[in-house]
Amino acid sequence: MTIAAALGLSAAAFAQTQITGAGATFPNPIYQKWFSEFRKAHGDVQINYQAIGSGGGIKQVTMGTVDFGASDAIMTDQQITEFKAARKTNILALPTVAGAAVATYNIPGVASGLNLTAEALSGIFLGKITKWNDPAIAGANKGVKLPAADIVVVHRSDGSGTTFCWTDYLAKVSPEWKSKVGSGASVNWPLGLGAKGNDGVAGQVKQTPNSIGYVELIYAENQKMPFANVKNAAGAFVKPNLASITAAAAGVAKTMPDDFRISITNAPGKDAYPISTFTWLLVPEKSADANKGKVIKAFVEWALGPGQAFAEPMTFARLPKEVLAKELKALAKVQ
Amino acid sequence: MTAALSFRRKATNLTMLTLSAVCTVVAVGVLIFILGYLLFRGGSDLSWDFFTKLPVPVGETGGGMANAIVGSAKVLLFATCIGVPIGFLGGVYLAEYSGARAAAAIRFVTDLLNGVPSIIIGIFAYTLIVVPMKKFSALAGGAALGIMMIPIALRSTEEFLRAVPNNMREGAMALGATKWKSVATVIIPAAIRGIISGMMLNLARVAGETAPLLFTALNNQYWSPGFGNAIATLPVMIFTYAIAPYEELHKQAWAAGFVLLSLVLAVNITARTIIASGTHKAR
Amino acid sequence: MASQAPTLQDTRATRVSGLRSFFNMDGVAQALVWVAGWAIVAITAVLVFELWMNSAETRQKFGFDFLFSTTWDPVNGDFGALPFIFGTLATSAVALIIAVPLGIGASIFLAELAPPRISDALTFCIELLAAVPSVIFGLIGIFVLVPALQVMVPWLKAGLGFLPIFSGAFYGVSILSAGVVLAVMIVPFIISISREVLMAVPRDLREAALALGATQWESTWQVVLPFAKVGVIGSVFLALARALGETMAVTMVVGNTPKIQASLLAPGYSIAAVIANEFPEAGGIQMSALIELGLVLFTLTIIINGAARLLILATETKGAK
Repeated sequence: MTIAAALGLSAAAFAQTQITGAGATFPNPIYQKWFSEFRKAHGDVQINYQAIGSGGGIKQVTMGTVDFGASDAIMTDQQITEFKAARKTNILALPTVAGAAVATYNIPGVASGLNLTAEALSGIFLGKITKWNDPAIAGANKGVKLPAADIVVVHRSDGSGTTFCWTDYLAKVSPEWKSKVGSGASVNWPLGLGAKGNDGVAGQVKQTPNSIGYVELIYAENQKMPFANVKNAAGAFVKPNLASITAAAAGVAKTMPDDFRISITNAPGKDAYPISTFTWLLVPEKSADANKGKVIKAFVEWALGPGQAFAEPMTFARLPKEVLAKELKALAKVQ
Repeated sequence: MTAALSFRRKATNLTMLTLSAVCTVVAVGVLIFILGYLLFRGGSDLSWDFFTKLPVPVGETGGGMANAIVGSAKVLLFATCIGVPIGFLGGVYLAEYSGARAAAAIRFVTDLLNGVPSIIIGIFAYTLIVVPMKKFSALAGGAALGIMMIPIALRSTEEFLRAVPNNMREGAMALGATKWKSVATVIIPAAIRGIISGMMLNLARVAGETAPLLFTALNNQYWSPGFGNAIATLPVMIFTYAIAPYEELHKQAWAAGFVLLSLVLAVNITARTIIASGTHKAR
Repeated sequence: MASQAPTLQDTRATRVSGLRSFFNMDGVAQALVWVAGWAIVAITAVLVFELWMNSAETRQKFGFDFLFSTTWDPVNGDFGALPFIFGTLATSAVALIIAVPLGIGASIFLAELAPPRISDALTFCIELLAAVPSVIFGLIGIFVLVPALQVMVPWLKAGLGFLPIFSGAFYGVSILSAGVVLAVMIVPFIISISREVLMAVPRDLREAALALGATQWESTWQVVLPFAKVGVIGSVFLALARALGETMAVTMVVGNTPKIQASLLAPGYSIAAVIANEFPEAGGIQMSALIELGLVLFTLTIIINGAARLLILATETKGAK
C-alpha cells in the first residue's frame, strides 16, 4: 500500500469492474505485476490477463471477446481494417515496454557466452547449419568447446510477437530467409520442434540437450538459462540486456510515427541489441461498456507513468520519455 | 499324440497364459504407478494455502488455486444443469415412450455425439456462445462440458430404465396408473440408484476435460464473480502450469493434478460401488 | 421446468392436489421427454452445420487438395491437412500396436483365467485408469515418460536403428512419445469391452473344446477368441476413435511440428493438437482451415465409431443366440 501511495496511485473508485485482456506472452510477467499492483490501489478493479499469444490477442480484441488485447507483433494494415469493420471504432496500439528475443540454448558443456552471427542464426533456423561445431558457429567462439552434436531447433507453435520479432530480424539479415519463410507472428518453419508460448519454448529447450530456441529475455533470465550474444548491424557482439534494448529503442524515439507501429530490429548503433522490440497494448478507442473504457484508460495512464518504475526490476526496458509523452497524448482519444 | 508334442502344447499353454497375466499386471501397474507418483509429487507440495489462496505472479512465493477449485465447481454445476436434464429426459423418452425407429435414430446420433472429440465441442461452444456474447465465460465452458455430458447421461439413463423388470411396468398399469404416473412413481424410482451413479461417473469424466475449456472458459488469475466472466478451472491450470518453465509452477501443477485425480477417482469409486451393490441385491 | 408444469395443470384441474396433478400430466410429460430426446439430434445437427459453414472458405479455395497438401503456411495463407492427418494416424497406430496385444492379453486373463472375484477387482482398477483425466496423462508424459524415453531410446536405436522408423535424432517429444501416452489411455477401453465380449461367449463352446483335449490356451485361442473376434475388433475401433480425438496429452508430448517424417522418433503434430494451439489466434482463412481440420477429424471418428458399434453389436447378438 505504501509503495502504491508513493507511486502516486489515487484510489479513485470505479464500480466493481471485471476486465479481461489477452495476448502476448512476452510481457506477461510485467503485466501480471502491473495488474496486481493496480488492484492494490483499486480494490474494485480486477484485470484478468491471459497470455494466449500475440496472434490471439489481435484476433480476440477484434472479435470483441476481450476488453483489450496485447501484441508484440506490429498490427498489419489489414488487421486494422478488420478491426474497424468489426468493432466500428479505431484501435490504439500503445507501446508499454521494450524487450528482446534472445537465443537461448542448452548445450552440455557450454554454460554461457556463446557468440552468434546473423549468418549463424539464419543458417541454424533454415536448417543449413546442423551441427554445433560448424565453422560458422565455431569461428565466432574461439576457445569454446562445441560438441559435434545435431542442433535441435525449438520454435513457437502458436502465433507470437516473439516469433514476429525473431523472423522480422532474420528477414532483415538474410535474403534467403526473407524469400523462403518471411516474417510473421506464425510462419511455416523449415524445421524444428514447436512449443506453446514463451513458457513452452523455454521448457522445451531446458528438457532437450543440444537445443536452441528463442524466448523473451526475461524468460531466459528468470530461468537462469544461457543466451547468446548476437552480432549487430555495427559489427559488435552485443549481450541482450536492458541497456542494449534501450539503445535500440532510443534510435527511433525521435522518428516515432503517430500510430506507434515501428520495428526496432537490426537497429543501428554499436550498443544496440539487434533483436529488440516494443510490445503493444491494443486498446479500442471506444469500449462497448463506458466504465470499462474508463478503467482501461486509467490503467494505461498509470502503466505509462508510475508503472514504468516496475519495468527494470523485472527485466523489461522502460520506454524513452519522448515516446511516453506522445502516447499519453494519444490516449486522450480513448473513451 | 507324441509326448514331445504334448509337452510343446503344455509349454505354449503355460507361456501364453502367463503372458496374459503379465498384461493384466502391467495395466494395473500403470494405474498404481500414476496414483503413487501423483501422491509422491503432488501430495508433498500440497498445503492449506493451495485450497485457500489465489495464484500469485511468478517470482512471488506462496499462492494457491482456490479460484480454480471453485471455478471448476461452478463450470461443472452449469454443465450439470444442461447435460443432466436433457440426457435424463431423453433417456426416459427412449426407454419408455419412443417407437423403435425413433429410438434407433436418436441412439445413433447420441453415439455419434459421444464420439465427437472434445476439442471440436470447444470450437462449437466458441462459435455459438463466446462470439455472440462477446466474452469468455463460465457459461460457455459449462455449456461445452454440458453438451459432452448429454450422450452418456442419456444412454446410462436408458439402460438403467430398461433394466427395470417389465412386470413392474405391467403391475403399475394394471392398477390403473397413467403412463407418466407409472414411470414417475414406479420405474424411475426403481432405477434411480443406477441413474444417479451414472450421472456421477459422467460428471467425473467431464471434470477432467481441458480441451473444450481452453477457448470457452479461458482462465483467470482472480475470482470470477457470477457466470459471465472468464474463469479458472483445475484442468486448464494444470495444463498452463505444466508447460511453463518455472519449478514453482510445476509443483503447483502436480498438487493440482493430485487434487483433481483424487476427486475424480473418489467419485468413480463411490458411484461404481453403488452400482455394484445395487446389482448384487437384484440378484 | 418441473415447477412450471404443475401450475399449467392447476389452471385446468380444479380440486386436485398439486402433487396429483403433477402425476396426471401425461401429455406434458410426453412432450417434455420428446423434446429432450430430439434436442440431441438438433444439437448434433447444429454442430455439423457450424463446422460445415465455417469451413466454407478453405473448402472452396483448396477443394480436395486440402487433404493432400503438406504445406501449413499461415503467413501466405496456404493450408494443407496431410501432416496433421498423418500425425493423428501415426500416433494412434503406435498406440494400437502397444495397446492391442496388452489389452487383449489382459482381457483373456480376466475373462478366462482369473477367479471371478479377482477378475472383478482388477477390472474395477482398470476402469479407474480409464477415468484419469487426459491432462494428467500429459503431465506424466512430460515429466516422467519423456525423460524415461530419453534414457531408453538410445538402446532402442542401438538395436533397431537400422530401421527407418527408429532413425534420426530423438528430442524426447515425438510421435512415439505421444503414441505411448495414448496407448496407456486406451488400454482400459480395450480391456473392459473385450472382457465383456469374451465373457458373452457361450460356456458350452469352451467346455466342448476342453472335452476334446484342448489345453486352456488352445480353447481360448482357437475357439473363444475366433467366436468373439468381431466384438474384440470393435473394442479396438472404439479405442482408436478415442485416440484420434485426444488433444491435451498429445499436444504436450508430440512436438507440434507439421512435418511428415518416416521416423517415429521425430516430432509430429495431430489435428486436435493444432486446433488447441492455433484456434484462439486464427482469423480469416486460417480459422476456416482449422475448422475444416475439425471436420476431417469429426468424419474420421464417426466412421471409426460407427464401425466399432456395429461390430460390437454383431458379436453380442451372436452370443445371445
